[in-house]
Amino acid sequence: MVGLLHSLEIAIGATCLGLLIGTGGAFGKLYGGPVTRDLLAVYTTVVRAVPELVLILLLYYAGTDLINQLLTAMGYQRVDISGLAAGIFVLGFVQGAYSTEVIRGAILAIPQGQIEAARAYGMSPGLMLRRITLPAMLPFAIPGLANLWLIATKDTALLAVVGFNELTLATRQAAGVTKAYLLFFLAAGALYLAVSLISNLNIGRVEAWSRRGMPSVNEAR
Amino acid sequence: MTGEAAAIDVAARASLWLQPHRIVLILIALALVFCAAFFMRWDWLPQYWEMGLLGIWRSLWILAVTCALGFALAVPLGLAQASGPLWFSAPAKVFCTIIRGTPLLLQLWLLYYGLGSLFPQYPWIRESWMWPYLRQAWPYAVVALTFSFAGYEGEVMRGAFAGVPRGQLEAARAFGMSRWKIFRRIWLPQAFYRALPTLTGETVLQLKSTPLVATISVIDIFAVSSKVRQDTYLTYEPLLLLALIYMTITGILVFVFSRIEARIPVKIG
Repeated sequence: MVGLLHSLEIAIGATCLGLLIGTGGAFGKLYGGPVTRDLLAVYTTVVRAVPELVLILLLYYAGTDLINQLLTAMGYQRVDISGLAAGIFVLGFVQGAYSTEVIRGAILAIPQGQIEAARAYGMSPGLMLRRITLPAMLPFAIPGLANLWLIATKDTALLAVVGFNELTLATRQAAGVTKAYLLFFLAAGALYLAVSLISNLNIGRVEAWSRRGMPSVNEAR
Repeated sequence: MTGEAAAIDVAARASLWLQPHRIVLILIALALVFCAAFFMRWDWLPQYWEMGLLGIWRSLWILAVTCALGFALAVPLGLAQASGPLWFSAPAKVFCTIIRGTPLLLQLWLLYYGLGSLFPQYPWIRESWMWPYLRQAWPYAVVALTFSFAGYEGEVMRGAFAGVPRGQLEAARAFGMSRWKIFRRIWLPQAFYRALPTLTGETVLQLKSTPLVATISVIDIFAVSSKVRQDTYLTYEPLLLLALIYMTITGILVFVFSRIEARIPVKIG
């Protein structure tokens, strides 16, 4: 059960970090200078082309190593990065690449007139982002982001490979002790499934909320 | 278009693409590659490179087999969900939900450790012809990856089958085609065209899930790099090379699929 909690913590943290990176990345890709745009293109392409498992290993070792080297170079003591923080960072980095693409698409789907109108009102870029762009892109982005959240919950299982004690690894250890492999794995599968199904219900609600005021799909037909 | 005009077109596009900042970025990237080549240790390469090739071959083999089998399984799954009676579509839906709702790593371990620990308890399985296969890891890997691909692709195929216009099927029926012929000549090809762009993404995703089989001791390219890391105590070099290999395979896959996609008629339905 602690494993499930850890998994959820990582998934939530990684999704939040991914959303931050994704929003920044999407704006960089759309409005940034040519260098920013190219760098972001490289980032999203590379992250999406390399298996998550390899990225997790690479970032997990490289990330903790880099931070420790930085700290020793600055005269501090080496710290032990907690598995939780490293996991959130690594998965957030991966999620960031995917959500960059999702949010970029969503922003492009906003009718151009809305953004022009906001600019005509003399809104500052920050205000425009907060009041117009983010709320207006939400209904377009929610399905993709919901998919990403489901992927995040399942990607936490990969952290078992680097030895982080989340649901899958905890299950394997428990199963190894009791020799009841099938039972424990089935139970863990049921837990993951429950998380997915409950999220699906909530996502439906959030999507309905973000679409408020828009003509419904059924009526439009 | 004549050859000359095509050449000019290509040159124009290249100059459009090669803006000054891009040249600088490419130079920086090249410098990084050279740094990596000179300052990191690559002396382990000759020793492991045969093993690495074998690993790549095995990864690709698993990818091809599971994609083919998974697609073959996904067609009936999608068909059952799109137009089957309830006792046919309900199990297919449950299967897809379960596969898509649980991590692949868990499914893999469930099959390998779970079922794998169950089989030896029954003497008749141990005496049967299947036993030599069931004792190895790769059948479990293939089965788990096939199911996973079928689960995701089944959902895609459901949408693709449902998306074929009714008029096409009605016209086929009006021609007096038998049901099997309609399916083979009209329904499946059109659904396949519709699903093709998604199929590219799914295949790349499948490639990215192949390294998971290394956790149940199948020696693919990921397992080879892990072995190198254990043997030589190097952290980054094998992983970087591994990332490069996967990126190359992804690039080739995407290129091949885009060629296939370019060959199908654009206007359908």
